[in-house]
Amino acid sequence: MNLLFALAGAPLAFLLASLIAGRHGARLIWIAAPVITALAFWLALETHARPQGGALGGWMPPLGIALEADGLGAVLLLTCALTASVTGLFALGRYGGARPESARRYTFWPLFYGLWAGMNAVLVSRDLFNLYVAIELLSICAVALAAFGSRQAAVNYMMIALAGSLAYLLGAVLIYAALGTLDMSLIAQRAPEARASVLIAAALITGGLMAKTALFPLHGWLPPAHGAAPTAVSALLSALVVKASFVILARVWFEGLPGLAGAGVITAFGVLGAAAIVYGSVLAITQTGLKALIAYSTVAQLGYLFLVFPLAGGGESATPWTAGAWGAMGFHLSAHMLAKAGLFLAAGLMIYGAGGGRIADLTGLARAMPVTSLAFGLCAVSLMGLPPSGGFMAKYLMLIAALASGQWHYALVILAGGLMAAAYLFKPLARLFAGTGTPAIRALPHRSMALAPLVLGAAAIALGLLSAEPYALMVSGLPEAGEAGLEEAEP
Amino acid sequence: MTELLAERGHVFALTGAALIALGFYGFMAQRAVIRRLISFNVIGSGVFLLFGGTGYSAAGVDPVPQALIITGIVVALALTAFAAALAVRLAQGGDRDDGTDDGEAGP
Repeated sequence: MNLLFALAGAPLAFLLASLIAGRHGARLIWIAAPVITALAFWLALETHARPQGGALGGWMPPLGIALEADGLGAVLLLTCALTASVTGLFALGRYGGARPESARRYTFWPLFYGLWAGMNAVLVSRDLFNLYVAIELLSICAVALAAFGSRQAAVNYMMIALAGSLAYLLGAVLIYAALGTLDMSLIAQRAPEARASVLIAAALITGGLMAKTALFPLHGWLPPAHGAAPTAVSALLSALVVKASFVILARVWFEGLPGLAGAGVITAFGVLGAAAIVYGSVLAITQTGLKALIAYSTVAQLGYLFLVFPLAGGGESATPWTAGAWGAMGFHLSAHMLAKAGLFLAAGLMIYGAGGGRIADLTGLARAMPVTSLAFGLCAVSLMGLPPSGGFMAKYLMLIAALASGQWHYALVILAGGLMAAAYLFKPLARLFAGTGTPAIRALPHRSMALAPLVLGAAAIALGLLSAEPYALMVSGLPEAGEAGLEEAEP
Repeated sequence: MTELLAERGHVFALTGAALIALGFYGFMAQRAVIRRLISFNVIGSGVFLLFGGTGYSAAGVDPVPQALIITGIVVALALTAFAAALAVRLAQGGDRDDGTDDGEAGP
């Protein structure tokens, strides 16, 4: 049994099991969390030696469908497993067996595992159509979970997701018509033959995936959907779902179509990314609701991912700083997964405890909820990009790549984004420590719920402290520049 | 015979392209959720027809698009059913639940 199939299949198996188990379905998370995390850890160890691959039924491409995990994929699978596990255990406090009977105690868990399965399938797939099916599974679960909060926001999200998937599918169809394959590595071999039609296909795929990633200016659906959802759902949507479509986008441009991205395409990505950072941060600063603030912060943080395209040189030729930019992308993806999930979980606990969702309601809450406030602070440190967190590593590597490649204007955007992140995150942090008295709070359903955001925040910090191993793993898949380590990436 | 096949492929592909354009107009111009959902299905049919059409060539018919179209139709059907259910719930139950689905509120 191949490890990659196990990772993609295990959440699907738990999906079925949670449907069969009915009212006991919530308890499955006690098995699912350690099993899938252990599988992902095992895969990371194996990938350390060499990239892992496999083909369904033993049929190799072009006939069969190949699965593959490189270093980046392995790191993301592990981070995703950790984030989903902790969020799932947290969700026991709301959808677990000890809670009063409700429809959502039954519907949450299958959707949760479906989302997890979609994430894992996206991370191990290298076939455009396989990726389409995986991201549709992910989208349908994400929209259904978003409907737990606001149905109107979910319908708007659904429409964007539908339009995005049609554009992506049309792009994949045109690629097949032009090149006769959907496999990423075969596309890379054949793409130079038919530049014009592949470029149209790539534009459709990119547009569709940008809408699903909520890149500025296609971000409008994200803040209402993520802000209105229940705590655990917000964490899953903001930390995991939007990353999947970006990973596909990066794979298409860097692995499938290297050399196709001209200077114009790369600049467009860079400009949109920079605009997302500035726009998202400014709107986050102006928010008065805590969850809306965190949702706009996601819009801003997603912008950083698109800076990787200009910083890495679009994948056409491996430059000395490509490894740095690629590593920065991996760090940003994983650090944001951990920190954003932790931030949403902590925010949900604080809103429940304080009995109100405005930032003004948080006054003095650090004295009543010290553990949750510490977790909020740890996650905020990583999002701001302060050392020694994983977020710092990401922004540090991006900064080095920007300066080494002479693109100082992106360095300015990265620095300004960090400052603005500090500005919007210090707003709730300052409220937490304001005043003198200890506010009366509503008791949590379970005291250990406060541990979940703490674990995620600590993991985001640990990613920066122990950055050497993940970095080596993430850049190990790079063909040429993979040799350059952290030291060599410096100017 | 082979020329006829290639010709038929062109007709399918062009019809598919026309359907995509038609559906895209509907998707953009309509505001009602159900109408946009129908537009989505028109675009989807266009994409599948285009895909099928590209499989026709003088050498014969490529089976891969047909296999993928069937999978795609299943995905589109699932999405349509789910979106329709969501639209109905939105129209009947409003934006948020009255609490019956969610039981007692929690963090």
